[in-house]
Amino acid sequence: MKWDQFFITDEPLIVGAGISILLTGLGIIFVLTYLKKWKWLWNEWLTTVDHKKIGIMYILFAILMLFRGGVDALMMRTQLAVPNAHFLDAQHYNEIFTTHGTIMILFMAMPFLIGLINVVIPLQIGARDVAYPYLNAVSFWTFFFGACLFNISFVIGGSPSAGWTSYMPLAGNELSPGPGQNYYLLGLQISGIGTLLTGINFLVTILKMRAKGMTLLRMPMFTWSTLITCVIIIFAFPILTVALALMTFDRLFGSHFFTLASGGMDMLWANLFWLWGHPEVYIVILPAFGMFSEIISTFSRKTLFGYKAMVYSMLVIAGLSFVVWVHHFFTMGSGAAVNSFFSITTMAIGIPTGVKIFNWLFTMYKGKISVTTPMLWSLGFIVNFVIGGVTGVMLAMGAADYQYHNTYFLISHFHYVLIAGTVFGCFAGLHFWYPKMVGYKLNERIGKWCFWIFTIGFNICFFPMYILGLDGMPRRIYTYNASDGWTELNIVATIGAFMMGIGFILLVYNVYYSFRYAKREQTGDAWDGRTLEWSTTSAIPPHYNFAKIPEVTGLDGFWRSKQEKETENVEYKPIHMPSYSGRPFVMSAFLFISGFGLVFEWWAIAILGAIGTLICMVLRSFDYDDGYYVNVEEIQKTESVYKEV
Amino acid sequence: MLKHSRMLITMGFILFTFLIGGCSQLTVLDPQGPVAEQQKDLILWSIVFMLLIIAVVYILFIWILLKYRNREGHKGYASHHEGSKWLEIVWTFIPILIVIALAVPTVKTIYSLEKPPTETAHKKPLVIHVTSVNWKWIFSYPEQHIETVNYLTMPEDRPVLFKLTSADAMSSFWIPSLGGQKYAMAGMQTELYLQADHIGVFEGRNSNFTGKDFAQQKFKTEVLTEVGFQQWVKKTQIKAPKLTKAQYDQLMQEGLAKVMSFSSTHLDWVDHAKDSEYALKVRNKLEKPSISSEKKPHKEHHMHEKGGME
Repeated sequence: MKWDQFFITDEPLIVGAGISILLTGLGIIFVLTYLKKWKWLWNEWLTTVDHKKIGIMYILFAILMLFRGGVDALMMRTQLAVPNAHFLDAQHYNEIFTTHGTIMILFMAMPFLIGLINVVIPLQIGARDVAYPYLNAVSFWTFFFGACLFNISFVIGGSPSAGWTSYMPLAGNELSPGPGQNYYLLGLQISGIGTLLTGINFLVTILKMRAKGMTLLRMPMFTWSTLITCVIIIFAFPILTVALALMTFDRLFGSHFFTLASGGMDMLWANLFWLWGHPEVYIVILPAFGMFSEIISTFSRKTLFGYKAMVYSMLVIAGLSFVVWVHHFFTMGSGAAVNSFFSITTMAIGIPTGVKIFNWLFTMYKGKISVTTPMLWSLGFIVNFVIGGVTGVMLAMGAADYQYHNTYFLISHFHYVLIAGTVFGCFAGLHFWYPKMVGYKLNERIGKWCFWIFTIGFNICFFPMYILGLDGMPRRIYTYNASDGWTELNIVATIGAFMMGIGFILLVYNVYYSFRYAKREQTGDAWDGRTLEWSTTSAIPPHYNFAKIPEVTGLDGFWRSKQEKETENVEYKPIHMPSYSGRPFVMSAFLFISGFGLVFEWWAIAILGAIGTLICMVLRSFDYDDGYYVNVEEIQKTESVYKEV
Repeated sequence: MLKHSRMLITMGFILFTFLIGGCSQLTVLDPQGPVAEQQKDLILWSIVFMLLIIAVVYILFIWILLKYRNREGHKGYASHHEGSKWLEIVWTFIPILIVIALAVPTVKTIYSLEKPPTETAHKKPLVIHVTSVNWKWIFSYPEQHIETVNYLTMPEDRPVLFKLTSADAMSSFWIPSLGGQKYAMAGMQTELYLQADHIGVFEGRNSNFTGKDFAQQKFKTEVLTEVGFQQWVKKTQIKAPKLTKAQYDQLMQEGLAKVMSFSSTHLDWVDHAKDSEYALKVRNKLEKPSISSEKKPHKEHHMHEKGGME
């Protein structure tokens, strides 16, 4: 391999991006050195096992990826704004839509939600940390390094370009030579480890670490949705792991699981991919459902309507999510009986989802609704998600899907559910729990501007795509002719996309503005909340979360205890906390090295990284650090500081 | 309140007529054959229910938001109002009914699309073998001993049975005016019935991403009268050259190709539905050793452009 193939030098856009990454990196290094913050970075963040800090790192990374995926999206929309545009060539466009899809689902939506889950869930169930804090750090760092491995592809060696679905045989060595597709396989594999571990961790945390009195049916809805999500993760992600491993063998070691030659089965990849891929969609939507439930209930000042129905509907959705995957390829010719079965199971998902929509509406009924920014995102969710939902039912109808499949109708549908559902959910959750993370709210006025510009832009961008789809515009084409008659609506869509870009800039500006000017919260209860995370003594909870674990007497535990207004003198006891460790970071860095070696088939590097990883694991198993105790004086000191304020 | 809802209903009605009016121009909703016609009927049937659902949700949403927004003179707050069996039964069962109303015609249509259209079931279908190869379409008429590249000719009012396969990537054969798509896969044969009601020229394409020039993998479908079709067959049989193996192997290279006609088919020596490796073997054979020994990561396609069919 030559150097000009290693570093991509023939695309001005990529060179520009590469240089700006380099400069930003140098800038960060300079600032950290100048301010003497290296030690702080290592001690406070890179080695942390505190769920709140890990959550914040997840969210920061997700916002960075939202930027990257968003720039990809804007480049695609620029290319498609007019017919026969030459802004991007075919190969570059293919790389961009591939990375856009992969990044947005796996490196934006997932970490955003997992970040919020990390910050909120232990607090919401009255726990001091997750069940396995060390494992939580391993989760984050494997995820982080896997995502980084995927992201460097566009400057080093070339990005994958076979679509985020990477259908075989297109993604095989014959039709997609070079390291690009290897980046996809290894980046996802390494970050997938992190996701699976998160699933296990939070399942155990929720089942075993709830505060006294919090029975399963007294759990807040976000906790319920996380629990169900974890179950889906545990069942779905191993399928991805296996599928990725098989394709990696095909590409690196010459096996024939999915290849054209020697009896490989390309359809098997499509099946395995969607056997994971469809549950994955529910992994990114259910936590959002949970967050909307919390937010709508809080700002309507009412108990959630139909609590049990909400729980059961999520269980039904989780179950159905594993028996609908064929609807991603009705057109594969599986036969009438198969297509009929999967049409009906898919349509059936509409029923529990509909139940949830009406439950949210009736949570607001007879409430006292205050329209804050988090509530605004939740209201926007209901209005827009319904459109995504009903078009989903239309796509579920197999015979009609033969006409929708692979068109912009589908593109529009899944953006209406993923943006209006997941992204709105992430934004709502971010605004809602922001004071819990940093001690002050995001500015409401900027937040509302951001909401309106983003939401209107979103509709201007994606609604025309339904019509384009019905007019026969297929997805993933890098250009079209004027004679196709798609020009006007494409221009409109591009305008909408840039409005969403402005919305994103406003969000980032809001982070800066609020950091400078927002009023700092005095108590832990910024929104007059209902659940335990708001009952902490300070705005940002101390590292042990609760000096005394609260007791729960019913649903909306904190709301009840506020009503009763009883204050008792608490007697503190020493608190056992886990020690920080740098090993998760180091181990994941070795995994990154190993993955990088495999991408380029540089076996020595791959083996070196694998040995490093293994050594870290061995060291861990001889690790006798059982954590430490926070003594009573320290707790008293910490708590009294908060009380004075 | 009444004023609001009346305004909403009027607006909804205007929007609906506007949508239906505008939609009749759209390819998928402007069917040119019985297959696309059935699919259009199904789509419109579902749109009616979907608009109904959206209307119910939006009306409830606006009403609740206006009535219970916290402001001065706010009335009817009930913090412990937390469920209603009746309501929950209603909004579970109505969606179930809607799903049934959609599932029945869906299943019927799925089954009916597996067979030739009922109106012309008595006619013998014309069989056309379709082979996709990056990034072109090859159509073989086994009974007529004709092969075309990147254009399709078929008679009106007669069912056509397409037997789809691919020489390399998984592609999707789609003529939206005539009906929905189906995948073409190497080592496999899928079948698709289509039929055109009128003569005309319709756009066809691959809709499943297959790499670099996927956007250009298109073809024109010319529908002729039965007589016109027979004339075209005769003319092609006489005038078009025979397809040679060397020529066909050139087509197996990745790249674009212009429109071509031949008076024999490749089915005589290879059926990609049974031999999924053919194209790869040809490419390995035709590639110069100097290129094949060296891996080209990023800009692989330049090579094909030169070696291709343009």
